[in-house]
Amino acid sequence: MALAAFAFALSVGSVPTDVAQVVAALLGHASVAGDVADIVFGLRLPRALAAFAVGALLALAGVLMQTLMRNALADPYLLGVSGGAAVGALMAILAGAAAVVVHVGAGVGALLAASFVLSLGRGGLDDEFAPGAGQRLLLSGVALASVTGAVVALILSVAPEAQLRGMLFWLIGDLAGAGDWRLPWLALLAALLAITPQARALNVLARGELIAASLGVNVRRLRLTALTVAALGTAAAVATAGTIGFVGLIAPHMVRLAIGNDQRILLPAAALFGGALLLLADTLARTVAAPMQLPTGALMALIGAPILLALLWKREHGH
Amino acid sequence: MDTRSTAMITAHRFTLSVAGRALVDALDWQVRGGEFWCVLGPNGAGKTTLLRRIAGLSAVGSATGITRCMERPPAEWDPRQLAQMRGFMAQHVVDAFDASVLETVLLGRHPHLDRWQWERDTDASLALNALHQVGLADSALRNVRSLSGGERQRVALAALLAQAPRAFLLDEPTSHQDFHFQRHVLKILTGLARTGAAVIAAVHDINLAAAAATHVLLLDGHGGATAGTVDEVLTADRLGQVFGHAMERLERGKRSWFVPT
Repeated sequence: MALAAFAFALSVGSVPTDVAQVVAALLGHASVAGDVADIVFGLRLPRALAAFAVGALLALAGVLMQTLMRNALADPYLLGVSGGAAVGALMAILAGAAAVVVHVGAGVGALLAASFVLSLGRGGLDDEFAPGAGQRLLLSGVALASVTGAVVALILSVAPEAQLRGMLFWLIGDLAGAGDWRLPWLALLAALLAITPQARALNVLARGELIAASLGVNVRRLRLTALTVAALGTAAAVATAGTIGFVGLIAPHMVRLAIGNDQRILLPAAALFGGALLLLADTLARTVAAPMQLPTGALMALIGAPILLALLWKREHGH
Repeated sequence: MDTRSTAMITAHRFTLSVAGRALVDALDWQVRGGEFWCVLGPNGAGKTTLLRRIAGLSAVGSATGITRCMERPPAEWDPRQLAQMRGFMAQHVVDAFDASVLETVLLGRHPHLDRWQWERDTDASLALNALHQVGLADSALRNVRSLSGGERQRVALAALLAQAPRAFLLDEPTSHQDFHFQRHVLKILTGLARTGAAVIAAVHDINLAAAAATHVLLLDGHGGATAGTVDEVLTADRLGQVFGHAMERLERGKRSWFVPT
């Protein structure tokens, strides 16, 4: 499915190209006209690679946050982690910082937001059954998300005119302004390397911290690892493409429905599916109204919000 | 049964207080392999807090003195090694995600598997055997979230059996069980003790404890604790004082029951 999404993404666009030409270009055939190769290599491939990695990172972060909070509705965008990253990055831009510092700013913002939500929204080993913990978590996340949204809006309103257009994409999320595709791929590889060794321990943690501790899991260290991976993964995604919502929520949920909750399979599968999903959304965003390009984040929200509502409704009436 | 085998769980001059109130005061207690202890006491006496402390799972309250699990304080063990030797069953489980009963029971094998290792056939047969013991052999593929409270509790017990530690600590293992399965669960625990394991269970029902346990730790909720064999500890007078309600002992043949008067 991920491969099909790639083929689709590379083949469609304002300039019509057919699949055979794209394959030929990828294989380096000299017969393909130079402009087709330029479009495929220069424009579509980097953007497709970036979209895939961003989607995969967000889905991975979604799975981790859902496991940490033991709530299938946790998501880096809904809970303000993406927003935190955006605020961090925008502040760095406003201060006129270099690109590297902008990325660091995104990372710091995401980490702060994630630890804030997690510390508010969880009990320790001893009060994890405290009533209302789930609601408290979601509400504090939603509150944080709207605060970061407001701060982003404030920064935009005081930002100099010239920077405005470049900043707007942080708010909506768009891959048209995507940075270097190598950053999210690097982050994705690092995230997978850091978290896959812990997959079975995460299965145990999903049953509850007390049970995990009694089965020999170092709960504190595992939570810290998972939180850091989720936050930095989100930060890399946001630094590349702004705040794109719903991937982190929907991709894990749909993969769970298909293959269950074993994190050893769920983590890589959700990453693949999230990557393919965002790649598809991005391809649609730049083609449905071609030659105009829609912001990816807006299109993802248009697709994502109804799916979320459907899932909620099913949860309400399904069991 | 060798009651003089080494102590698996010990408390020495152990004082535990929460919010200024002593739950146990200078408790000296030893649990050996082959013994089945029931921890009794009124609501809020600290049964749960004490069990978690002894299992090395809680930092609630302030404690002085020492508890040992397999001759070392729990914090000095590597967590995984500790989990191979002592198991703990919580009072409640919240199932946040869908999972099959078998998958859930297999999680009990976690401390016995290496980082990259998947469950082996032996782990699966241990898990299935545990499910068989708790009467859920036919439910292995069901979703845990579709089970009743009593069934979920027995899934947790099966996971503990699959974990196969030497010391079993259980927080109210019978609380959600009907009459039949209360007896069934206690029979399983008695069987574990017979094979040389140490079993400690917090329970509410005095008569269940009297019928199944070999020993009783009775907490009075004010720091006082009486430890000993069932016959030593369970007297109508003492129970009356601890629970604040007069008790009477009824006898019929070899069996006896405590009832409030």
